[in-house]
Amino acid sequence: MSSAAKPAAATASPSVRRLDVEAVRRDFPILDKPLPNGQRLVYLDNAATTQKPRQVIAKIVECYENYTANVHRGIHALGDRVTTELEAAREKVREFIGAREVEEIIFTSGTTASVNLVANAWGRKFLKPGDEVLINEMEHHSNFVPWQQIAIERGATLRFIPLTADGRLDLTALDDVLTDRTKLAAVTGMSNVLGTINPIRELAARAKAKGALIFVDGAQSVPHGPVNVCDPAIDFLAFSEHKLYGPTGIGVLYGRRAVLEAMGPFHCGGNMIRRVFKDHTDFADLPAKFEAGTIPIVQAIGLGAALDYVNSIGWEAISAHEHALTRQAFEQMSAIPGVRIVGPSLEHRGSIISFTVEGIHPHDMAELLDRRGIAVRAGHHCTMPLHDLLKLTATTRASFALYNTPAEVDALCEGIQYARKVFRRG
Amino acid sequence: MSDEIYQDHILDENECPYHRGHLDNSTIVHEDDNPLCGDRVRMELRVADGRVAEAWFDGHGCTISQAAASFLTREVEGKTLAELREMPAQRVLDLLKVRLTASRQKCGLLCFKVLKTMIYTLDEKRSQVDPQSVPPGRCSL
Repeated sequence: MSSAAKPAAATASPSVRRLDVEAVRRDFPILDKPLPNGQRLVYLDNAATTQKPRQVIAKIVECYENYTANVHRGIHALGDRVTTELEAAREKVREFIGAREVEEIIFTSGTTASVNLVANAWGRKFLKPGDEVLINEMEHHSNFVPWQQIAIERGATLRFIPLTADGRLDLTALDDVLTDRTKLAAVTGMSNVLGTINPIRELAARAKAKGALIFVDGAQSVPHGPVNVCDPAIDFLAFSEHKLYGPTGIGVLYGRRAVLEAMGPFHCGGNMIRRVFKDHTDFADLPAKFEAGTIPIVQAIGLGAALDYVNSIGWEAISAHEHALTRQAFEQMSAIPGVRIVGPSLEHRGSIISFTVEGIHPHDMAELLDRRGIAVRAGHHCTMPLHDLLKLTATTRASFALYNTPAEVDALCEGIQYARKVFRRG
Repeated sequence: MSDEIYQDHILDENECPYHRGHLDNSTIVHEDDNPLCGDRVRMELRVADGRVAEAWFDGHGCTISQAAASFLTREVEGKTLAELREMPAQRVLDLLKVRLTASRQKCGLLCFKVLKTMIYTLDEKRSQVDPQSVPPGRCSL
């Protein structure tokens, strides 16, 4: 058992799934610390990375202080302990995403590594000239460029699901682009700019009907609600733990066993082999086949603690809390003159609001908000094709997590008004 | 120098820039961007007798990147290429009259990077053209 106390934010009783945000905030040490400019932190850059609760930090310290060793190797007490902890974390991931088998959980360094793994290990073996890979313009570069590059390399074609004017996938046009030639459809569960929550169930069913695999980038969706890779059934899911209250440097690739087994390896080296000969190599079974070298062990164990933390609060409470914040922000910001929110209405949106303010460049907006302690992201958010489509060079993005409060949404809106005053607009 | 970067002279320059637009008979044009934040600046110079006769800029981006480009466009007109070759980055920061953090210096100095690239390109062209301009059989030494 970790030395950390139980989460203070555990809900009062299972029937009342309401999030006690003040108790949650006490779990995150950074939220109490003044910034260098003396301001109190209002952290609204959660889509970039979330803060870490003390339960996760304590687990990482426990690991380094008590059982630092390599996994799957040492025939000694520490090696045994660390391997047990790591495999327990893998089992927590399996349960968290509803996978059938723990061997289907591959630890990677993050979503980007997970996408690259599949694009290369699957693409090199199965993509042929004339085949098609289906993506769309709202994808983050990490779920865009790997597919683009493997398509170029293999002589395959990249096809795009068109977007509606409000930034959703236009499924009325899906039959035009999802064809018998489509071998894989890659789609984000939730756009990191528009906040759009995509209809994975329908896409998965229609891709399967065409014999195509479906790859879901869960970097933004997994941190905000329950996911089950068997319902709707998907072939791949990727996510990064650092956006889910866990450490950086660790992520997950879920792959359906049959697909993972058919794929060749990606990175080669230690741990991923069964037997090496001078002229060839037999590869290890899943998941080791895709975990060459020493994986981020401590981060993976910290990931387990982060999943425990989220489970202790519960998705129902987290989702309701975040949805209320998003609604409040959406309504208050819409009322500010000159503010334009990009993306769909609230019913299709997760806890991300990207916006522009007339006459104020997003970079300047972010700097002015920072003066008030409000951390947001400004730029193209690694979605250049989407910004080209929107005819915007950049947007400012506020994104919410379980520890944010209604007062922080008020602070954001006051900050936007302050920026308008500085820019002589209000 | 002030730490407050959003001063009237910066906001004014951004809203009413000097020679923002396109120069038809330019000698050299160069454009660059800052891929992290999306700032983009293009500069166009007409050079005559080794001197910048006219300068224009265009682009989009944050206040600092665009105000700096405007200040620099005004500054380079009338200067010789030799003077521009010697111009230090600090000159652009001085024109802005505010203190920029390291991350905002990338915005403020984007136009300077564009200018320097143009000067190097002109120098490069000259060094390539000059040996050919010497008629065969005649030594320039």
